[in-house]
Amino acid sequence: MTERSEFVVVNHSVPRGDGVAKVTGSAIYTSDMVVEHMAWAKVLRSPFAHARIVSIDASAARSHPGVVNVLTGDTLKGLHPYYGHAVKDHPLVAIGKVRFVGEPVAAVIGENELAAQEALEKISVEYDELVPVLDVDAALKQDAVLIHDEDYAGGAFRGFDDFPGGSRNICQAVHVEWGDVKAAFAAAAHIAEGEFYFPMVYAYAMEPYVAIADFDPKGQLTVYSSAQHPFMVRHDLAEVFALPLNSVRVIVPFVGGGYGSKSYTKIEPLVAACSWISGRPVKLQLSVEEAFLTTRGDDARVRMRTATDSNGKLLAREAVIHLNTGAYAENSPMVSRKAANRIVGPYRFPNVKIDCLAIYTNTVPASSYRGLGGAQVTFPGESQMDELAEKAGCNPVQFRLQNLAHSGESIHPGLRPIDADLPGDVRQAAEMLERHGPMSPGHGRSVCCSASDAGAHPVTLAMVQVYGDGSVSVLSGSTEIGQGSHTVLAPIAAEEMGVTLEKVRLVGSDTAITLFERSTGASRTTTLMGRAVQEACREAIAQCRVMAAELMNVPADELIEERGGVRHGDMGLTWPEILDRYFQMEGCSIVGRAYLRRAGALKAVPVFWEIGVVGVDIALDSETGRISLDSLVTVGDVGLAIHPAMTESQDIGAATMGLGVGLFEELIYDGQQLMNGTMLEYRVPRFSDLARHVELKLVQNRDGVGPYGAKGGGEGAVNPVGPCLANALYQAAGVRIRRLPLTPERVWKALQEKKARALE
Amino acid sequence: MKLSFELNGKPTQIEIEARETLAEVLRARCRLTGVKISCEAQVCGSCTVQVDGLPVSACTYLAYEVRGRRVTTIEGLADASGRLHPLQQAFLDHFAFQCGFCTPGMIMAAKSLLDEVPDPTEAEIVEHMNGNLCRCTGYLAILKAIQQASKEMRVQK
Repeated sequence: MTERSEFVVVNHSVPRGDGVAKVTGSAIYTSDMVVEHMAWAKVLRSPFAHARIVSIDASAARSHPGVVNVLTGDTLKGLHPYYGHAVKDHPLVAIGKVRFVGEPVAAVIGENELAAQEALEKISVEYDELVPVLDVDAALKQDAVLIHDEDYAGGAFRGFDDFPGGSRNICQAVHVEWGDVKAAFAAAAHIAEGEFYFPMVYAYAMEPYVAIADFDPKGQLTVYSSAQHPFMVRHDLAEVFALPLNSVRVIVPFVGGGYGSKSYTKIEPLVAACSWISGRPVKLQLSVEEAFLTTRGDDARVRMRTATDSNGKLLAREAVIHLNTGAYAENSPMVSRKAANRIVGPYRFPNVKIDCLAIYTNTVPASSYRGLGGAQVTFPGESQMDELAEKAGCNPVQFRLQNLAHSGESIHPGLRPIDADLPGDVRQAAEMLERHGPMSPGHGRSVCCSASDAGAHPVTLAMVQVYGDGSVSVLSGSTEIGQGSHTVLAPIAAEEMGVTLEKVRLVGSDTAITLFERSTGASRTTTLMGRAVQEACREAIAQCRVMAAELMNVPADELIEERGGVRHGDMGLTWPEILDRYFQMEGCSIVGRAYLRRAGALKAVPVFWEIGVVGVDIALDSETGRISLDSLVTVGDVGLAIHPAMTESQDIGAATMGLGVGLFEELIYDGQQLMNGTMLEYRVPRFSDLARHVELKLVQNRDGVGPYGAKGGGEGAVNPVGPCLANALYQAAGVRIRRLPLTPERVWKALQEKKARALE
Repeated sequence: MKLSFELNGKPTQIEIEARETLAEVLRARCRLTGVKISCEAQVCGSCTVQVDGLPVSACTYLAYEVRGRRVTTIEGLADASGRLHPLQQAFLDHFAFQCGFCTPGMIMAAKSLLDEVPDPTEAEIVEHMNGNLCRCTGYLAILKAIQQASKEMRVQK
């Protein structure tokens, strides 16, 4: 930050609240924890993509030395073993049937990991193989085998009306339409049309899924987990075990990365059931190989066409999106809804028709992945923007500028108008690239953007405690997954209460202590939890004013607020002085609270539009097809950066994740089997993939509904990177590739085909 | 079997089983959980510790191999008074981590580089650090932190 901030604490890059713990190795993650008398679980996984379980014989495993118990689908009597926040289609361990290679079929609970691991081999399972449904085309066939042939109940979320079961392999269908698409295409001057494919990806949070569950004899269930959304996990656990909410306690220590992959319930019901049948605390630590078999991102095939008039003004977009959702719904119903919304991009479209299907297949379940459907659909969206710019004879940046929605304009009927300066952001990114100098031969450049309806459903509750000694606690159910919730929330409380940052302590996610926060994702923490903390502080201050008025014997509305206290004429009282005199007892505290819900300023959805703006300059090695990054620029339109350095770090982190999918990341199935589910074979960005020039810019127009006008960030920049690379490749070599990642092989083949065409 | 080695400057003698990896022994028996386990295949670098000053992936290194040798983990980096190592301070100053899971291994790998090459070029840093993955930061802040620590450590000498 070069400009001087008008704020005392926020909008400054203060030290991370979790910093010293994380650089000294003392930060405790769930994987580091042991609890007394703890047993260990290991999971037996299905070798088949689709099969009936005829029988399981676990007797030899049960009598193996060091084995406490074995959990199978037959041992769950008394539980409600199906969970899922959207659709309760997911059994905590396979019941009667397996639906993907790697699905948990049994869990051995042992005195130690080795005993449990050894006993896995002594479980014999008889399967009756069914026809596997391995891709969306097979799943959609009229006579396709059904992956789920029973009806399921809805989960914690209301509003999903298309529950699966019964007759189709469709998990969720979403339709978005306005205007008259047919007429618009008939009148169009230019049309871009094509089929795009966004690959199956793995988030690779470096800490694999892990949980410790302790089901005590009094019926209290305590779970430590690497979960992003502890309150959603609590809901599912309460339903599985028919417990009241006050008897399920979910605690989230530090989490080693999430990127959406740890959102909602994962292994917690399985681990809790292991504790339930063994009467012991149980820890289940998955390996990275097992994490590959737990959650992935939805791959997406998009058939799309987009039209403009003869002046290059966008007229219409029509798309059919097929998401490969895998074996269970997880969060894919939400991914499909978001994909259908986000495919429109940040542009003015008078006519739109989108159909999105989330489709069950016998593959690893897909769920949230950074950007939640945004990356999947920004790829076709921004690719066709460049295709149309060329057809209309426009510069791609100019073409975007003339079609981008301005602040206050609506891009979706009924949704919140755009709360960002999109044309300004795109212009800045283009200028930043230009400042890096003229483009070298063999290079290509592109600037792409996206707008995502972010923030998820706004239900966020928070408390602050103001103590008689002037210290303050913030109680937040927002999980610290690295995004910095432990660092951005305390400064907001310090700013509001007029105290130094050192006086504020953050109390993190523990469902027995912190109030309900729907989720930690969709870039919502700063905007929603930040706003809740701000409102909770103001409520505490309002209480202090009433106390001070009584103590000073003056009307409360005559009190003037100043940093850290109130004043009336010459008389001033700080918060500690007020509490001290009011209670006449040391050690007291008061509680300020905030209950945010979808009302007032948060009535309009989305909570905010998350903007992603990325520019790249790529170097193409035409001999090998290898693309490397010369320049990467990002523009983060975040309203106000509560913590500028961390906001920038989020932007480049998201862009780098996008770079991975853009250039090398892809899960590959050969038949039923995931072929590259290890980190030896799944290539993610490394140090050497860092661009030679990186420039990050924050735009702070204070136009969000978060505290001081803040909006979320951290996911936006992932979305435009794939198309940005594809467009830059087109600029560099004249080949248009509609399938990510742009591996050297794929690029080389396209270059050869182009050469062959030129010779014809 | 008995294992005698020097751990973070202290002579250490513990009972281990022959099959145990160094990461397992450090985490479970010595409770040094700053040693993180992720890929278990020498790809990610999160389990990096120093053995006789050289970086090793503790996840695939048999604990028995460190008999009579010097092992340094992230917990042994700050000095006795608790003053942080220049790399630790530089990682703080540059916000060179988010979730922090890769950080101990990242710092230990960087220390091994700066111990050998006090003034590395950017290309040398990138090459040396290419075996340490970070999924959060996009690496830029880590690069800057290592450059700052390099300067700091040369001034201190």
